[in-house]
Amino acid sequence: MATVFIPGSMRDLTGGQAEIEVHGSTVRDIVDELDVAHPGVKDWLVDGNRLKPSLSVAVDGVVSPLGLLQDVEGNSEVHFVAAIAGGC
Amino acid sequence: MSDQSYEPSMVLATKTFDVVGTRPVRHDGADKVTGRAIYGADVTLPGLIHGAVLRSPHAHARIKSIDTSKAEAHPQVRAVVTSADIADAGDKTVDLGEGLTRLAFIRNNVLARAKVLYRGHAVAAVAAASVHDALEALNLIEVEYEPLPPVLTAPEAMKEGASLLHDDLTTTELGKPTDKLSNVASHFRHEKGDIEKGFADADLILEKEFDTSTVHQGYIEPHNTTALWNNDGRIQIWTSTQGPFTIRDTTAAILEKPVSQVRVTPTEIGGGFGGKIPVYIDPVAALLSKKSGHPVKIVMSRADVLEGTGPTPGSHIKVKMGVKNDGTMVAAQASLAYEAGAFPGAMVIPASMCVFAAYDIPNVTIDGYDVVVNKPSTAAYRAPGATNAAFATENIVSAMAEKLGVDPLDLRLNNASKKGTRRADGPKFPRIGCVEVLEAMKSHPHYSAPLEGPNRGRGVAIGFWFNAGLPSACNIAVNADGSITLVEGSPDIGGTRTSIAMQAAEVLGLPIENVSPSVVDTDSVGYTAVTGGSRVTFATGLAAIRAARDVRDQMIKRAARIWGVDADTVEFEKGVFISRNGTENRMTFAELAPQLAATGGPIVGRAGVNPPGVGGSFAGNIVDVEIDPETGKVTILRFTAFQDAGKAIHPSYVEGQMQGGSAQGIGWALNEEYFMNPDGKMMNSSLLDYRMPTSLDLPMIDTCIIEVANPGHPFGARGVGEANIIPPPAALAHAIHNAVDIDMRRLPMNPVAVMEAIWQKNGVTD
Repeated sequence: MATVFIPGSMRDLTGGQAEIEVHGSTVRDIVDELDVAHPGVKDWLVDGNRLKPSLSVAVDGVVSPLGLLQDVEGNSEVHFVAAIAGGC
Repeated sequence: MSDQSYEPSMVLATKTFDVVGTRPVRHDGADKVTGRAIYGADVTLPGLIHGAVLRSPHAHARIKSIDTSKAEAHPQVRAVVTSADIADAGDKTVDLGEGLTRLAFIRNNVLARAKVLYRGHAVAAVAAASVHDALEALNLIEVEYEPLPPVLTAPEAMKEGASLLHDDLTTTELGKPTDKLSNVASHFRHEKGDIEKGFADADLILEKEFDTSTVHQGYIEPHNTTALWNNDGRIQIWTSTQGPFTIRDTTAAILEKPVSQVRVTPTEIGGGFGGKIPVYIDPVAALLSKKSGHPVKIVMSRADVLEGTGPTPGSHIKVKMGVKNDGTMVAAQASLAYEAGAFPGAMVIPASMCVFAAYDIPNVTIDGYDVVVNKPSTAAYRAPGATNAAFATENIVSAMAEKLGVDPLDLRLNNASKKGTRRADGPKFPRIGCVEVLEAMKSHPHYSAPLEGPNRGRGVAIGFWFNAGLPSACNIAVNADGSITLVEGSPDIGGTRTSIAMQAAEVLGLPIENVSPSVVDTDSVGYTAVTGGSRVTFATGLAAIRAARDVRDQMIKRAARIWGVDADTVEFEKGVFISRNGTENRMTFAELAPQLAATGGPIVGRAGVNPPGVGGSFAGNIVDVEIDPETGKVTILRFTAFQDAGKAIHPSYVEGQMQGGSAQGIGWALNEEYFMNPDGKMMNSSLLDYRMPTSLDLPMIDTCIIEVANPGHPFGARGVGEANIIPPPAALAHAIHNAVDIDMRRLPMNPVAVMEAIWQKNGVTD
């Protein structure tokens, strides 16, 4: 199972849990499964059929431009982080 | 490296290529040095007229009325626009590639509606036959204001009862919307480990507060634009920008047009550093063109640039760190309050990702506050947010080393982040070069060179920037003479035409002179995100690599057809197609190129990417200074910049980025600031008074490029445009401390600040 790290600002939806193990082969699967166990997670993360534009997902430390479509391995770490670029 | 003799420019290369890693002349060099390059101010069109923008004299005021009738009656005036000419955006949000933004914020920054939120806020604009007529007509516009008290710093704006900039801005508290009207747009937190336990385990705890001033990117070319609202409803814009697609999308959103109706041509750009990403005058010029029926050009003055465009945030930072007596860092806590300027969006999120990124600390808490104040809406500036943060963190790390009696680089090395270190915001680092940068600093001849004499000191600091990927596109066409034309959409600020062309040349085995790169308009290439985030050589370079591979694969099929062999038997080695299927056939790229028409038609390779695998970059400085104890003047005696480039595609351009970022960081450290009076008026809005360093202020900035290959790029490249600005203020503060034993916690560290600190140390109160 993949390990999802829950951002501090989302933990009231997960009963305070900071790390949750979830089945799924894509980030979309993981979000769907999380939402079953912790209703409201999907609304927090997803806008329509993609991650909210203010968020990115990092799988195994690599920020993925594929968002919900990113594949996830059985032992992957999944983080939801701020989406930002830079200046020069 | 200690056995090497001293070199001013070192490249610690780990892998070599044929083209990548060499130093060819840039493709646009001749045009740039002979004055033939076309910048925005050079653009002219039949019937061109000129625009000018009326700006607010108040930092904070309600607009009670705007009367443009006298300006409209001016005989040379062709059009006047105000915010009434733009539809109300309501609560609509737009995604311009870097997250959702309220369209009203962007729109109201372009032309103020209801309130002005900073001195210099655009209120109205005029187009007239000449610039002089337009400027004269601005004086005929009558605006009635109701002045309001301004708030100019984050701590001031965060106080209960502070004057509120926005009537409808409420705080998002730890991810949750609240009903609280406030100047704090958001408060977020990153947590890792147990911060209380961490401090309980520490033998030494240091806690300090820091303030940094608002500073501007200081690009020499002012913002400019020329817009034509055509009779068919299509809008054409020629502008100096880091992001033509961002200008297209923002202008389309503000003017309620489909993006396909807006075409943006990026002209050559005289610097940007993040400041030429937002839109300011392009929709205004377009509206003036629509009203007048003429193409309209607007060129900002320097005062317009300083007062009306986005500087980088000032900030108030608290940092507390704990370390054990054996030099192990065990806890770190930061509160980052960043000034967003008039509209939310301070660069505090990236600051939070960088503030402790260099160190592997088990227990961390970071609080970030995005605070609106009555200053221009801030924009990115080279590693936005990270320089402020490192000024605080690195001060404490150096102070810890001093108190523990250990070498400051050793303390950093003992706690340096490496592959697998978990960042406070969650993910683990992939392969990074923090250790290698520190090791290069420690073994560099500068670090062991004697520094003698009174009032002299040496300082060190490091910084991290994560860099960006984002979408890029590239097309490559093969010419009959064996050359290729390469089309891309990334405005070339730092030599990226050539660094991208070099990557295509490497794939195709061509000399770099046989690649002709062009930066084209938004109708002529696929969507390409901004030249920002140090992403172009990485991401657009990756698009060029893939487009070149596409060309290679198509040409292999043509060679196979000519030879009557299976394409699987054809190999491509350093620009030569080879079939070893029985008899050996060989044909160079140049020999095959003229045969394309007869073998199936022209070959065009293309690629669009949105790559993962971004490689973050660490940078470090060693700096020697001498302080004049009578005047407080800081003279830099020697400065060496270190940075992990992954692979320096063009080492000279990497060195240029390192030197440029260092010079900007030195200016930020020692001189630059928005000097505001209590009413919120910038008192130094000219380059005479806004004191950027000149060549006379700086020594030679020596460089040392470290190459720790980024596994996410075929040649190992990491972005190099930003991390270099992060360490200079912290390194200079450390050097000043070592020179005269004062603790500088405020930027800029100008002569006044240095003297005040010396007087305070000496107990002088008057």
